[in-house]
Amino acid sequence: MKRVNSKILLAPIVDNNPIILQVLGICSALAVTTKLSTALTMCIALTLVLACSNTLISLIRHHIPTHIRIIVQMTIISSLVIVVDQLLRAFAYEISRELSVFVGLIITNCIVMGRAEAFAMKNPPWPSFLDGLGNGAGFSVILIIVGTIRELLGSGTLLGHVILPLTRNGGWYEPNGLMLLPPSAFFLIGLIIWVVRSWKPAQVEAPEFRIQPAHNLTEVGR
Amino acid sequence: MRRLLDKIKPHFDKEGRLANYHALYEMVDTFLYTPADTTRSAPHVRDAIDLKRLMGYVVVALIPCILWSWYNTGYQANLALQASGITPQGWRSDLLLWLGFGFDPDNIPACSLHGLLYFLPIYLTTLAVGGCWEVLFALVRKHEVNEGFLVTSMLFALTLPPDMPLWMVALGISFGVVIGKEIFGGTGKNFLNPALVGRAFLYFAYPVEISGDSVWVAVDGYSRATPLGLGALGGLDAIGADDYTWWHAFIGLIPGSLGETSTLACLLGAVFLIYTKVASWRIILGVFLGMLLTVQLFNMLPDSNPMMAMPWHWHLVLGGFAFGMVFMATDPVSAAMTNAGRWVFGLLIGFMTVLIRVMNPAFPEGIMLAILFANIFAPLIDYVVIQLNIRRRLQRHD
Repeated sequence: MKRVNSKILLAPIVDNNPIILQVLGICSALAVTTKLSTALTMCIALTLVLACSNTLISLIRHHIPTHIRIIVQMTIISSLVIVVDQLLRAFAYEISRELSVFVGLIITNCIVMGRAEAFAMKNPPWPSFLDGLGNGAGFSVILIIVGTIRELLGSGTLLGHVILPLTRNGGWYEPNGLMLLPPSAFFLIGLIIWVVRSWKPAQVEAPEFRIQPAHNLTEVGR
Repeated sequence: MRRLLDKIKPHFDKEGRLANYHALYEMVDTFLYTPADTTRSAPHVRDAIDLKRLMGYVVVALIPCILWSWYNTGYQANLALQASGITPQGWRSDLLLWLGFGFDPDNIPACSLHGLLYFLPIYLTTLAVGGCWEVLFALVRKHEVNEGFLVTSMLFALTLPPDMPLWMVALGISFGVVIGKEIFGGTGKNFLNPALVGRAFLYFAYPVEISGDSVWVAVDGYSRATPLGLGALGGLDAIGADDYTWWHAFIGLIPGSLGETSTLACLLGAVFLIYTKVASWRIILGVFLGMLLTVQLFNMLPDSNPMMAMPWHWHLVLGGFAFGMVFMATDPVSAAMTNAGRWVFGLLIGFMTVLIRVMNPAFPEGIMLAILFANIFAPLIDYVVIQLNIRRRLQRHD
């Protein structure tokens, strides 16, 4: 693979991650990460939709009139989401029921629209496909981390297997109820952002304003 | 001591070997002695008070609550032991027996010592774990450790039930200090009250250990609801049926979190805080009035649940209302900063507290969530107040 292409594929995983740098797609990251299995299903579904929608939109990008491009993109994305939703219902009914509306809500996931608008409209199909895969992978990495921590600390299991036996079942682990509530995903994503930005200071935004040091103020006062 | 500190000072200066640990030196030095360096630049206020003394005053104001928490925790435990006939077990009872105090609820020293043995482990855990985080951040960020944490740790410990497992205490204060304060830049930059953030974390993470009936009396296997919990189930009749009178609740002879039971002790603290001007009387009065008005409103409405008819003087003495009103709402960092804003801030807390208590059956106590809620709105309230003031003054000069 060419260098440029591999960069398109790999950059969204850490350097330009859709969740922790662009802070998109947060609502599904909060909603489906209570259990790792739902998080994984969501990752696969979103990556599929993202890669396919990017490719399709990129294929017809010269034929889309600028004024109605959002509507065209939405039509393609929603058709794909409906296909994914039907597939899930056919082959993984239980998980599809747990995910409930959140599969349908992939249509409104900012990452899908954002990549279509920002990348697929300006690039050929193959890089667009890779960009979709890469952003899907970046989304998945965060979802899997958050899902693992939440399921492990909140219910003591991973993918339904008991890892930490709970006190109410005679084990030693006291489950953390906060981890089962959506705000915990906020805290976890915040902490991940903190870790990544300490590791890669380039991602830190410039402060919006600075408090002027006091000795400068006195000079202004004179 | 002064000589020792002066002698080791060079090591901690910029060029010294231990420059990285300057914050630690600074902490010990200024805690023991008034700092020698003075403010050099613009806003010169001639005042003996600085952040350390200010925080010191809050701890002084907490003394009645602390002392009462020792006595009442022990008293409730001893009362429960007498009533239920359970034989106390564990290191606390061994120590009490060895010292010859026993478990008589009428013996004040015995009760206080029993309570102290519950208070101390919680407080020391809070202090040690929270202190480690404070020092760690101070060292990494090169800012100074300050006494704000002494207040936070004391407030946090006093809001917990006596039976709280210590590892949860440690987890709670870690969350409060790190997420509630340090990630926003440390003391003075936190927009939420760190002690309440820690408690809210425990409240949602481990609801069984911090609410419910079995945690308020420090005896294993003995459960007794707090009067507030009773009120939520059956109104004033249920409280009266358990032999609690208003005076019991006012003085604090009821089960509850360590420091919150006695409204009297909280009011003593309030008098001291208002006298020294550490706490804003506007906030305290605002919370009180907000509670009073909301309760009057609910009393007029038809009863749909038992809390609706509870009069305001009961709301005042039950649960953590007085403690939150005096010590939590008035936190100078996270409260509103303008005088008009303080009224609004206080009224909002009073209103939300009663609203949560009365209307939400899931949360019998509302003051913690109400204060956090108002903390979030404090900057907005201040913004509106300042903008209104600017507009008024502009109009005056047009």
